[in-house]
Amino acid sequence: MAAVQETVDRVKSIDVTEYKYGFSSVIEMDKAPAGLNEDIVRLISSKKNEPEWLTEWRLEAYRRWLTLEEPDWARVNYPRVKFDELHYYAAPKSHSGPKSLDEVDPELLRVYEKLGIPLQEQELLAGVEGAAQRRVAVDAVFDSVSVVTTFKNELAKAGVIFCPISEAVHTHPELVKKYLGSVVPTSDNYYSTLNAAVFSDGSFVYIPKGVRCPMELSTYFRINEQNTGQFERTLIIADEGSYVSYLEGCTAPRRDENQLHAAVVELITHDDAEIKYSTVQNWYPGDAEGKGGIYNFVTKRGDCRGKNSKISWTQVETGSAITWKYPSCILRGDGSRGEFYSIAISNGHQQVDSGTKMLHLGKNTTSRIISKGISAGKSQNTYRGQVSAHRKATNARNFTNCDSLLIGNDCGAHTVPYIEARNDSAQFEHEATTSKISEDQMFYCQQRGLSAEEATALIVNGFVRDVLQQLPMEFAVEAQKLIAISLEGSVG
Amino acid sequence: MLEVRDLIVSIAGNTILDGLNLTVRDGEVAAIMGPNGTGKSTLAYVIAGKEEYEVEGGEILVDGEDILAKSPDERAAAGVFLAFQYPVEIPGVGTMTFLRAALNAQRRARGEDELTTPAFMKRVNEAGAMLEIRKDFMKRALNVGFSGGEKKRMDILQMALLEPSVAILDETDSGLDIDAIRIVSEGVNKLRSAKRSFVLITHYQRLLNYIVPDTVHVMSGGRIVRTGGKELALELEQSGYRDFAPHSAAQPAAE
Ligand SMILES: Nc1ncnc2c1ncn2[C@@H]1O[C@H](COP(=O)(O)OP(=O)(O)OP(=O)(O)O)[C@@H](O)[C@H]1O
Ligand SMILES: [Mg+2]
Repeated sequence: MAAVQETVDRVKSIDVTEYKYGFSSVIEMDKAPAGLNEDIVRLISSKKNEPEWLTEWRLEAYRRWLTLEEPDWARVNYPRVKFDELHYYAAPKSHSGPKSLDEVDPELLRVYEKLGIPLQEQELLAGVEGAAQRRVAVDAVFDSVSVVTTFKNELAKAGVIFCPISEAVHTHPELVKKYLGSVVPTSDNYYSTLNAAVFSDGSFVYIPKGVRCPMELSTYFRINEQNTGQFERTLIIADEGSYVSYLEGCTAPRRDENQLHAAVVELITHDDAEIKYSTVQNWYPGDAEGKGGIYNFVTKRGDCRGKNSKISWTQVETGSAITWKYPSCILRGDGSRGEFYSIAISNGHQQVDSGTKMLHLGKNTTSRIISKGISAGKSQNTYRGQVSAHRKATNARNFTNCDSLLIGNDCGAHTVPYIEARNDSAQFEHEATTSKISEDQMFYCQQRGLSAEEATALIVNGFVRDVLQQLPMEFAVEAQKLIAISLEGSVG
Repeated sequence: MLEVRDLIVSIAGNTILDGLNLTVRDGEVAAIMGPNGTGKSTLAYVIAGKEEYEVEGGEILVDGEDILAKSPDERAAAGVFLAFQYPVEIPGVGTMTFLRAALNAQRRARGEDELTTPAFMKRVNEAGAMLEIRKDFMKRALNVGFSGGEKKRMDILQMALLEPSVAILDETDSGLDIDAIRIVSEGVNKLRSAKRSFVLITHYQRLLNYIVPDTVHVMSGGRIVRTGGKELALELEQSGYRDFAPHSAAQPAAE
């Protein structure tokens, strides 16, 4: 209840047209010239002092990319991205690898402060009650570059590696070489291939055998520079019997042009390991007329490589002009489990095509999909999900529940499930509902004293409750506020 | 106090209320009876501010203040409560959450402090006990899967909690079993107060044995066509509405 109240207060306190995170900062940037060719790929690689194998890996991806076509099967419409006008590399000037907080450009720290990211470890330590449990190690990525990673030392004590991937290439080359591209191969799809060619940075996590990561790990992505594509690459490996919970948050300034974001996230769990990956995505969605906003073309995939391992994706998607995103699980290990919990909200002119894939390969594998799509304004919201059982995947089980809620008459919700069982023992269940907040419901709530906004927030929060419960506590509160904010102007 | 003056209301081009007058004083319980489709629920909805009705003329005053320009939630904060003929289900929203959100929204609108959790719980528990509503109902989504009678009791619980100055009960008795009618009536009787006006819309004289009204109004053809004391309900029980043909010149509206 308190949270609902807070949501409501927050909604009231915010100017309808104001995207809160839409400030742009003046920071000197080091930018590659626009366009893409082998020289740019080499430039990016050399900026990072990368070893030869990685430069070659990128070049190979680039050559592949040239042969691929931009996909058009998703239910999204947008003017094609002009890939030759984009800048493929942008970094705050004077940046050479992550620094301690003291050395970071104070302007940059102010940006993160505005975003409410607890970069200052001291602040956290001195923080409010429950600080000990609330500590979150943060890797902040500004445009394409990882700027600072907190709590490094403490994590190191536990044997956890949490650092920018550009650093891991040098400090743990054997791990990077072994796992990079092992879940999302370079040629997987158009955007991931582009990412492989030009990725600039992202987070790297390795949790050693038997270790339960002592705190939540978190990355905040922010796009600041104009006309840049952002291509992060995240790689998380949970070795046997380990556990990690990882949070990802995203914002971008308001801009009239569309900006491209094409990240790749790869997760690997070995025997009995578990990764819980949560995202609250709040990229700039564009203005009321549908101008500007982020194109979010992301490839996220987890590989339950070991037996009885588990990967769980939870996402709250409220931002971006276009979302094209299908966090997936390859259930390779026997007894492994994949989960996907999603809240996807679209308002204004946003277009969301999102869902998941659960590929059952091992025996006795289980998966669970809970998707809640909310469409308002003139937006279109599509759930696209694939569940398949391989020939040898005996006793594969999936439960899918896919609910859509419509607010108003000008939006659309679509459900596109693909189900394929090549083993007779598979048990796949699929439930789907589409509902609308009815005028009678609104009137009933208002008759009891709730404003239209309060009533909508209450009903929507009720609708997404199952998924919110999957998020770490603070994230759930944040997500609840975001939901209310992103539905602003959708009623009345 | 509720004052409805010369109210003309149409929906989809059809005039439903056709110059309706009704005054319910502080502390008064007024019953409205009348044939199906005559506009009783319409009157209730229009007072509560439902949008789809077109108010073409007249005024509605609550405690002397014209409420026609107010939104439904503002009217609620001004003291208007409607127990629905068909209460609405709100999936996913816990009953407790809803009650608290509603109560606090009204308190905020009136510039009052929100209730603390213990104070709120106490109020809900008292109202629940009075209406004999089991506590596990409070944990369920509001009205979802409730039986017809349970929904109506939940509406009366909300009335007890929200303490309106004008309470309109639209056929709260229909669908209630005999015990429930008694329980709900006792609840309403406890809530009768010198400052509260009640409008009971009902088809059955039986309810009026439990909640004894001060006045009984007969509505027909979108107007109040006769007003009397509680004995008028008994008379109707005998003779039906045949004497109250719409716009019958032989039966001038009382008052
Ligand atoms: N949304 C609507 N569209 C068209 N006509 C409507 C609408 N709502 C009500 N009406 C009509 O208005 C008239 C009055 O309806 P109302 O529900 O107010 O009657 P009532 O007196 O409450 O009847 P009952 O005793 O059956 O509850 C009816 O003829 C009804 O069909
Ligand atoms: Mg009626």
